[in-house]
Amino acid sequence: MENRATSEWATELLRPDKKQRRLELQGRLMTLVSAWVIILTLFSLLYFIASKGISTFLFDGVSLSQFFSSEWDPAGTPPSFGALTFILGSFMVTVLAAVISAPLGIGAAIYMTEIAPSWGKKILQPVIELLVGIPSVVYGFVGLTVIVPFLRDVTGGPGFSLLAGVLVLSVMILPTITSIAVDTLQSIPRSMREASYALGATRWQTISRILVRTSLPGLMTGVVLGMARAFGEALAVQMVIGNTDNLPTSLVQPISTLTSVITLNMGNTVPGTVYNDALWSMALILLLMTLFFIVLIRWMTRRGEGR
Amino acid sequence: MNAKLADRIATVVFYLIALLIIGILAGLIGFILVRGLAVIDWHFLTSPPSTMTAGGGVAPQLFNSLYLLVLTMLITIPLGLGGGIYLAEYAKPGKWTDILRLSIEVLSSLPSIVVGLFGFLVFVQYTGWGFSLAAGALALTVFNLPLTVRVVEQAIRSVPREQREASYALGVSKWQTITQVVLPAALPGILTGMILAAGRVFGEAAALIFTAGMSSPMLDFTNWDPTSLSSPLNPFRPASTLAVHIWKINSEGIIPDAKEVAAGASAVLVLAVLFFNLTARALGRWIHKRMTSGS
Repeated sequence: MENRATSEWATELLRPDKKQRRLELQGRLMTLVSAWVIILTLFSLLYFIASKGISTFLFDGVSLSQFFSSEWDPAGTPPSFGALTFILGSFMVTVLAAVISAPLGIGAAIYMTEIAPSWGKKILQPVIELLVGIPSVVYGFVGLTVIVPFLRDVTGGPGFSLLAGVLVLSVMILPTITSIAVDTLQSIPRSMREASYALGATRWQTISRILVRTSLPGLMTGVVLGMARAFGEALAVQMVIGNTDNLPTSLVQPISTLTSVITLNMGNTVPGTVYNDALWSMALILLLMTLFFIVLIRWMTRRGEGR
Repeated sequence: MNAKLADRIATVVFYLIALLIIGILAGLIGFILVRGLAVIDWHFLTSPPSTMTAGGGVAPQLFNSLYLLVLTMLITIPLGLGGGIYLAEYAKPGKWTDILRLSIEVLSSLPSIVVGLFGFLVFVQYTGWGFSLAAGALALTVFNLPLTVRVVEQAIRSVPREQREASYALGVSKWQTITQVVLPAALPGILTGMILAAGRVFGEAAALIFTAGMSSPMLDFTNWDPTSLSSPLNPFRPASTLAVHIWKINSEGIIPDAKEVAAGASAVLVLAVLFFNLTARALGRWIHKRMTSGS
């Protein structure tokens, strides 16, 4: 009698516990599955793009030196698939956009954190956030209707040009650079600024000799992230750079980038042909460049922490 | 040069930079709205695009953009919550967590065209769906998920430890603490981040060209049977969105009023981004107020 009562009491206590444990396990499992989905997605993406991208070299008999030559003649006999022109185009657009955008972005960040912290930040912060949100096709459209005709009038060329691409991209990557620079500058302790002012340094001396130097790895991280964005940007660039297969020799000449060639031709080539595979190889280059940028950023952040 | 003068000059330069950036944005938004609002009217928003003549609208594209956003969010929100909760609450420092973090970092910095090409291979070709909203939504998920996970993780991490400890002290289990205590407290941050992510998804085009496609079939807006090909709700039909439409008519369009249509569609996109931005801020503030002062 007494025994039975005890066991009933015990099961009463145990039952919600069991249910509880199941719930606990389910919850844990659900979150674990989501985490696995992310990892599996990345690895399948790497696998698919890489396997398509290397078939140009493994099965189509295009050698690496051919692919990295500047002879692009997919319709010729024999056809040649040298992508150097587009690779150079991508690099030039990226580097030049960073050259324009880095000083502006870092300057804006310094303005926001050091010079007009109260109201300047209140206006600039939402401005930067909005710039991030504007879709890239809208940047492309504005470039097409404002920058291209303007360049056409000024230079007398076609207007569609390396320079047009650079201008559009430099505005697009500006918010990336600025917001990271702001974060970096804000993380510098106040005491450093105060020490500098106490020694009689002016604000500019403090900014240029203390703040910028201390936060250099962080600032560079922002610039590299901006470059990564510029290198992979497809539609806005494709709309304004003209898409010819010339080697980029002058700023006002139309050129092509990896992304613009892929965008324009992927749909018009037959899967399995050498031409199509060559486009996948270009996508693989984009992927590898992204990985390179990430490694670079990690290296710089580690250096920043090491100081 | 004397230090005081250099300081003056530098200050002026920084002011000029700030003004330049505000000027660029004001010019950009002003240009888009002035050009676009002149085009937007009821007819533009509710009629299908024309293929040859001027005067077409963007109704199917507008619908597709919204529908695709809903589909993407349906997939992203549960996965993003799961991943974010995992990273904030369960993940222990170690190799596996490092791999997960690196995966998120790589996925979120991949060019969207690469994500689009991956979607083309896997969701368009291997599944046999062809260009479809489903493929588009999955590709957008690839590109949106890492952002969402980060947002959720950050919001959860910003919930004070004491709230968790109080819950544990009452004998509440871990999972229940997460769902009943931590998640509600993190909700303002999560919602704000997700709405901003939605704004990004709404304007995305490069990943969609190769997955959802560049054309829309004739849609019958009275047909709500999701299995029918002409139904707007069918997730396995091709669909061009507003952003893709802008790109397409600008780069290969033959309609005479391509510039006007592009301006109108751009204005709709920018207004949507503004709307998402303002809603996210307002909602965050509102929930924060309700949660901190009331109950």
